[in-house]
Amino acid sequence: MTTSDIKLTGSSSEISPENPAPVIEAPRARTAKTPKATRGNFEMYGWLFMRLSGIVLVVLVIGHLLIQLVLDGGVSKVSFAFVAGRWASPFWQAWDLIMLWLAMLHGANGLRTVINDYAERDNTRFWLKMLLYAATIFTVLLGTLVIFTFDPNIR
Amino acid sequence: MPAGTLYRGREGMWSWVAHRVTGVLIFFFLFVHVLDTALVRVSPEAYDDVVATYKTPIVALLEYGLVAAVLFHALNGLRVIAVDFWSKGPRLQKQMLWTVVGIWVVLMAGALYPVLGHAFRELFGS
Ligand code: HEM
Ligand code: HEM
Repeated sequence: MTTSDIKLTGSSSEISPENPAPVIEAPRARTAKTPKATRGNFEMYGWLFMRLSGIVLVVLVIGHLLIQLVLDGGVSKVSFAFVAGRWASPFWQAWDLIMLWLAMLHGANGLRTVINDYAERDNTRFWLKMLLYAATIFTVLLGTLVIFTFDPNIR
Repeated sequence: MPAGTLYRGREGMWSWVAHRVTGVLIFFFLFVHVLDTALVRVSPEAYDDVVATYKTPIVALLEYGLVAAVLFHALNGLRVIAVDFWSKGPRLQKQMLWTVVGIWVVLMAGALYPVLGHAFRELFGS
């Protein structure tokens, strides 16, 4: 095999006496041939978001479970009146709102990974993700609406 | 199951499996939970009716399971973050997993009475 048989990729030019050691593109380098969809850093930001939201969720979700299941009689005290008392405070409204958004986006992004891992057919994967996104948007909007429009005197 | 390799079949793989399963379970719970909470916009009675089922012994057991899933996912999530960002994380990942399991066992024992106490009293009398 002569050196001219070596196929070079990317912008590396032919090996020659003037160019004995051409640069080999790193496998993930972005070149003109890189498809548009993989040029951004979306997956890296998703990876970072899982970790940052996770740290905040530890406080929000474990605090929520402590309030709902442990303190003050545990689950036995939960009722409409109890919720009315809690959502009278902007602090707990904000707590629940942030918990809703972070947990739903964290969980949805996690499920996106799971679907990508196990659904091998393109079509199945696409529709499972569409179902996931629709359910996520619906749940986040409904939960947000409920917090903002809560009416303690509904009747 | 082939013999374990550096990763496969060992603690690292099983903690990943458990992290994935608990994450998916919590997500499905949350979907239902936002729906049931939305009943406060229907009527106080509709909400209280559904919440009444949450106070039955069988659902109390499910709640204990939810606490188990959340606590494991939260503690192991912190371990994953430590492995990724802490310079000693990868080397100590196994020790950190057993720390996670230890804290989890202690917290689950502590949650026994608060979460299941009312179900116990209902089933076996005061
Ligand atoms: C069985 C255990 C649980 C009980 C009894 C419970 C109870 C409640 C109650 C009574 C509310 C109404 C508002 C309030 O009081 O703050 C609420 C809201 C909420 N909970 Fe939980 N919760 C539980 C577990 C969880 C978990 C594990 C999560 C997170 C993954 C969670 C996320 C939320 C969110 C996001 C809201 C706001 C819903 C909305 O915007 O309509 N809850 N929960
Ligand atoms: C309580 C605090 C939480 C922490 C510290 C946490 C941490 C994490 C971390 C670090 C990951 C990434 C794992 C990886 O890249 O290998 C992750 C994945 C995931 N989380 Fe959480 N999380 C928390 C709460 C939640 C909640 C409330 C949900 C559900 C609504 C959830 C659902 C998921 C799912 C489905 C995955 C994907 C699992 C996988 O790809 O195997 N997590 N979590």
